[in-house]
Amino acid sequence: MRLANKSLFQKDIIGQALKQSIVKLHPKIMFHNPVMFTVEIGTFIMLCVCIGILHGQKSQGTFGYNFTVFVFLLLTLLFANFAEAVAEARGKAQAESLRKTREETPAKYIQPVGEMYVNEMKIIPSSQLKKGDVFICEAGDIIPADGEIIQGLATIDESAITGESAPVIREAGGDKSSVTGGTKVLSDKIKVEVTAEPGESFLDKMIALVEGSSRQKTPNEIALTILLAGFTLVFIIVTVTLKPFADYAHTPITIAAFISLFVCLIPTTIGGLLSAIGIAGMDRALRANVITKSGKAVETAGDVDVLLLDKTGTITIGNRKATHFYPANGIDEKQFIRAAVMSSMADDTPEGKSIIELAKQNNDSNFISFEKKAGMKFIKFTAETRSSGMDYDNHRIRKGASDAIKKLIEKSGNPFPAEIAEKVRSISENGGTPLVVSENESAKGVIELQDIIKPGIQERFQRLRKMGIKTVMVTGDNPLTAKFIADKAGVDDFIAEATPEDKMDYIRKEQTGGRLVAMMGDGTNDAPALAQADVGVAMNSGTQAAREAGNMVDLDNDPTKLIEIVEIGKQLLMTRGALTTFSIANDVAKYFAIIPALFIMAIPALQHLNIMNLHSPQSAILSAVIFNAIIILLLIPLALKGVVYKPVGASALLRRNLFIYGIGGIIAPFIGIKLIDLLVTFLVIYLK
Amino acid sequence: MKSSLIPAVRLTIVLILLLSGVYNLVIFGIAQIAPNHGKGEIVMYNGKVYYSNIGQSFTEDKYFWSRPSAVNYNAAGSGGSNMSPFNKDYLKTVQARIDTFLVHDPGIKKQDIPVGLVTASGSGLDPDLSPAGALIQVPRIARVRHLPENQVRALVHANIQRPLFGLFGPAKVNVLKLNIALDKLSLK
Amino acid sequence: MDTEISGIVCMFVATLVISFPLGRYIAKVYEGQRTLLDPVFNPVEKFLYRISGIHISREMNWKQQMAAMLTINMIWFLLGMFILMNQSWLPLNPDHNPGQSPDLAFNTAISFITNCNLQDYSGETGVSYLSQLYLMFLHFASAATGMAAAAAVFNGLKSSTTDKLGNFYNYFIKSITRILLPVSFIIAILFVFNGMPMTFLGKDTLTSLQGAIMHISRGPVAGYVAIKHLGTNGGGFFNANSAHPFENPDYFTNMVEMIAQMIIPFAMVFALGFYLKRKKLAYVIFAVMTLGFLLLVIPNISMETKGNPAIAAMGINTSAGNMEGKEVRFGAAASGYWSIATTVISTGSVNSMHDSFMPLSGMNMMLAMMVNCFYGGVGVGFLNFFVFIILAVFIGGLMVGRTPEFLGKKIEAREMKIALIVALLHPFLILTGTALASYIYVQDPSAYAAWLNNPGFHGFSEMLYQYASTTANNGSSFAGLGATTPWWNISTGFVLLFSRYLPIIGPVAIAGSLAAKKYTPESAGTLKPDTATFGLMTFAVIFIITALSFFPSLALGPIAEYFTFH
Repeated sequence: MRLANKSLFQKDIIGQALKQSIVKLHPKIMFHNPVMFTVEIGTFIMLCVCIGILHGQKSQGTFGYNFTVFVFLLLTLLFANFAEAVAEARGKAQAESLRKTREETPAKYIQPVGEMYVNEMKIIPSSQLKKGDVFICEAGDIIPADGEIIQGLATIDESAITGESAPVIREAGGDKSSVTGGTKVLSDKIKVEVTAEPGESFLDKMIALVEGSSRQKTPNEIALTILLAGFTLVFIIVTVTLKPFADYAHTPITIAAFISLFVCLIPTTIGGLLSAIGIAGMDRALRANVITKSGKAVETAGDVDVLLLDKTGTITIGNRKATHFYPANGIDEKQFIRAAVMSSMADDTPEGKSIIELAKQNNDSNFISFEKKAGMKFIKFTAETRSSGMDYDNHRIRKGASDAIKKLIEKSGNPFPAEIAEKVRSISENGGTPLVVSENESAKGVIELQDIIKPGIQERFQRLRKMGIKTVMVTGDNPLTAKFIADKAGVDDFIAEATPEDKMDYIRKEQTGGRLVAMMGDGTNDAPALAQADVGVAMNSGTQAAREAGNMVDLDNDPTKLIEIVEIGKQLLMTRGALTTFSIANDVAKYFAIIPALFIMAIPALQHLNIMNLHSPQSAILSAVIFNAIIILLLIPLALKGVVYKPVGASALLRRNLFIYGIGGIIAPFIGIKLIDLLVTFLVIYLK
Repeated sequence: MKSSLIPAVRLTIVLILLLSGVYNLVIFGIAQIAPNHGKGEIVMYNGKVYYSNIGQSFTEDKYFWSRPSAVNYNAAGSGGSNMSPFNKDYLKTVQARIDTFLVHDPGIKKQDIPVGLVTASGSGLDPDLSPAGALIQVPRIARVRHLPENQVRALVHANIQRPLFGLFGPAKVNVLKLNIALDKLSLK
Repeated sequence: MDTEISGIVCMFVATLVISFPLGRYIAKVYEGQRTLLDPVFNPVEKFLYRISGIHISREMNWKQQMAAMLTINMIWFLLGMFILMNQSWLPLNPDHNPGQSPDLAFNTAISFITNCNLQDYSGETGVSYLSQLYLMFLHFASAATGMAAAAAVFNGLKSSTTDKLGNFYNYFIKSITRILLPVSFIIAILFVFNGMPMTFLGKDTLTSLQGAIMHISRGPVAGYVAIKHLGTNGGGFFNANSAHPFENPDYFTNMVEMIAQMIIPFAMVFALGFYLKRKKLAYVIFAVMTLGFLLLVIPNISMETKGNPAIAAMGINTSAGNMEGKEVRFGAAASGYWSIATTVISTGSVNSMHDSFMPLSGMNMMLAMMVNCFYGGVGVGFLNFFVFIILAVFIGGLMVGRTPEFLGKKIEAREMKIALIVALLHPFLILTGTALASYIYVQDPSAYAAWLNNPGFHGFSEMLYQYASTTANNGSSFAGLGATTPWWNISTGFVLLFSRYLPIIGPVAIAGSLAAKKYTPESAGTLKPDTATFGLMTFAVIFIITALSFFPSLALGPIAEYFTFH
């Protein structure tokens, strides 16, 4: 359920945000943002000045001028609050719409009697379900809460969450035992144990994060806040010491001028947008259908050095597919294909299905029948025989790995043809998987299965490499095949015949080397590795254990999502950096607006510093203050959308961002302040 | 604290002996083989010792004037005027120096007066003049001392010290040496 | 080429040529590698260790390093107070100079242990030869303190993960025995053969050619002036400092002094490159510093050689430049060059009187001290630059989409806090100091008239310069400021204490904290500090922070002065 609505500002969101902007003026809330808190103090002082003027105070200039300064300081605060409120409201709206589906769903609760669960059902609202409670869901039920199937199997429609219309199968015991509240059971009946207290499901946590009640500043946010507080302090020093300096130079400076100077210099732009950027980062993750458990996880994603990617689903499409039929010498191709089809009729694995599919493509003359007939006896794959197939009439058709079939053939005294052995070898070398088909213990031919590498995946890996990220393919294949696919897809490294321990070891090894590792996993046996990884993304379809262990949950179960997550993280950090740079670079122009304005009455020579040729000291100060307020408003979309990330290497990226936000940050306010000055001057003359 | 204090005290003492003591004594020893035995640059004239690199006040018309000094060539209390370039009092002082110079050197064009002759040096002990600063005084010296102008001018030229290796820094004239040479010339 | 300009170019090139191999040598010294003169130095050092009971093999963490530094500095301070206050009866006082008052001794002692060498006394009458010798010891010791701190930071930037930064005394002693002492020795020899006195005789008295009685101060000048420059100390033997003909007899000694004061600040940057095996990083840092230096020095040379327009208006020949307060043997160009060299690095010696420079030249000198890291003082210059690197890395790191890191170590809240405290301290001390002085002055301008030698904007510049100089541990002044009063002695004394030790402790603490962190190898996504882009970024951060902090005050001082007369 990716929100189709791309507009940043929906009507209801705006309404909500406007209300919040005023609520957030409360000093107790403002106090958490040192930069804006000082602006609030300044605004308050200006209010007092305005009141003073109304009561006959003469030395501070006209009421109109002072009041305008006050209004724009107030607007500066409101705009900053608005940015945060919009980000919150958007995130909340997103999360709410996810949560709505499962609010107050009736739950078929099973009442425990003593130690035993008695199958006595009671319908209660989902909100009353507690962790450890057990409920039952049957076809047509909406699952009332997140939980783990403890008994049964069901097909489930998860489209409410993932947007994927194809139903999925969830069953007890395996890696796919988790169910999510709000999804719908299509068939069968399952017994589910609730895994989260009400209000503590991932979604609830996410909403709380967005709402700010439990939002903690991330380490990077803290460090940046310190930097901004530092800049604020510098300007407190600059402004306060200016008073005795001005006294020495016999230059009276009004309170409005002092406060304007201070507010314009402190980094209000980034200070006002900082929390909005953080929330928007989580929000962007949510838009990608990833639930993050903390803001820090998104930030860390930007730092990831190593990506562990499952081969299947990420690098290759689903599973291996049959690509070729190679009949043995003297065997008719059609006959071989027929045997291959028969061997795979009962094979429900994706590989088996792909053999049928390939045969259908070759079935121009309709020589094969794909109907199951009476009398067919299907032989299931066992670990012992390592082959499967069917017995029909007197035909014993088997399909399996070459060594298994070879054993079968040689056991009955038949020779295993050399050309078959040769074919098997050459297929393996090319990264394919050979399956040999035998009929009545004599080899009929080889089926080649190939991994199909996802189109465009090479480019994605190249992109990652440019981002400085090492990609590692994790696969159960043997090293030869793994290497072939790794080379073809362009990953940097691979773990073949991977066991969960192998993954764990690999992560540990990289971490000891100081690198940050991200991985995606679903199974219970992935849980330790997910916990160990710096960014662990659990698939929503995965087990509860996996979902607990990771710090993000991907609702789409899409293994390529990791790449997106990394970019979201980088975008978040970049947006912070870019707006900080912009905010500080702005000060240059503001100085050239305000400093001459402060002094030219007493020191006319400093008119030379008025390089923008602003109309009067008052108009100069007003223009700077107005620019300072408006720029926050103008940058809200950027803060919410994030700065565009381009994988061009760190130095090029720095150059680009320095140019846009550094040089741009110096130039923009010169133009903006001049334009506002023209407008203010025009208005003043016009009004008179 | 105590354990780190004692080594620090001991180290301080032994380093003072090394750096204030041994180091200076060795240099002092080496200075004894230097041309002026570590006493600065000395010139002898008429049996008297002068320091050629410590400027002297020359204000009489018969001598090449040295630069103005904020401390009146007090070699036991060096220093400059520390006047800011646009200080009104300072500019008046400079104007007065120009006027004085023009009174004593009639016929000199104002625009030829080099700035060094009307500004005080940093040390107040500047021993030098720029070649222009000396040459511009030649007519006065010649007149007062009844010497031919070109003889005095040649004397100045003979006393110009070229830049270091002829490459680095300004050319200059040591006023004390020039005036001693001048006295010697007059005696002949 | 004009010989005045070629002289400057020669000084700069010679400094560069000498400092590069010197940097390699310094890196070797701190790494403990074998050097050519080991047979000479090893026994001396062993002797020093044995006598003082120091075990240099004991590795120290950053706190122990700083504790050792503060302890020994405190001893120097107390001893300094004692000698200065009692010099009248102590030996080696041929001129019978009186003991210093407590506030003056406080200021002088602090000023010399902090490598600042602000001098509220004049060298001829304010100190005895014994005091001069002790101050000479402090020249060595304070320089070596800064170098030892820089060495600890170098150590902390290595890629290994440890909480130990080496042994403070080891770095300290080796800085003296292997670097400062031998080089000073060579320089002093050059001086004694070029007319600089090296004598323990008192004042000489003679009658001038024109017949006036002259008293001529002298002393062990050559030894003093050598380390005064090599250690970027700058405290003059005489009041006029290196403008005095005994302290700087000719253009050659001027070149030697200029080169001497700049080689270690240059070399420390190269040493960093050799030590960390990141030569490119050193080149980038050096390039940024040089860019800053040139941007300040070129205008100064140009303005000073152009001369004073107010005097040009009187109709005389000002082609020699602005010669007020300058010596003929150096000329306006070399004086302009010196004015910035001595202020970017924290020497603070002068060969001309800064108060009489053109207003914007004065501003550039102040800017040099407000930045205080374009080369900077021995050791501490790099420490100050390091703080700006941390700030630049933080903002730049974010802009490339990673949480910031420097040389593979993450920069987090703790490092940020320390870096900011150090970065903030600088404007805080300069501005509040000047603000308090302005406030006091404004209360009763006639009572404090003696403070300011020049009225108006320039008077303000004198006060601003004094605190900039003090905070930068520079020691030069707009000497028109009447600073020998309790207010200036005590206020600048305290400013010195803060501005010396916090900016040393801060970077060492950051290095200690970084050293203990995990090392992350570089990838294509990492912000590389050894690129021109990052160099420019650092320059921009330095420029912006300095400009933003000081623009208003400079506008009321030199800028207002400049525009009022143009």
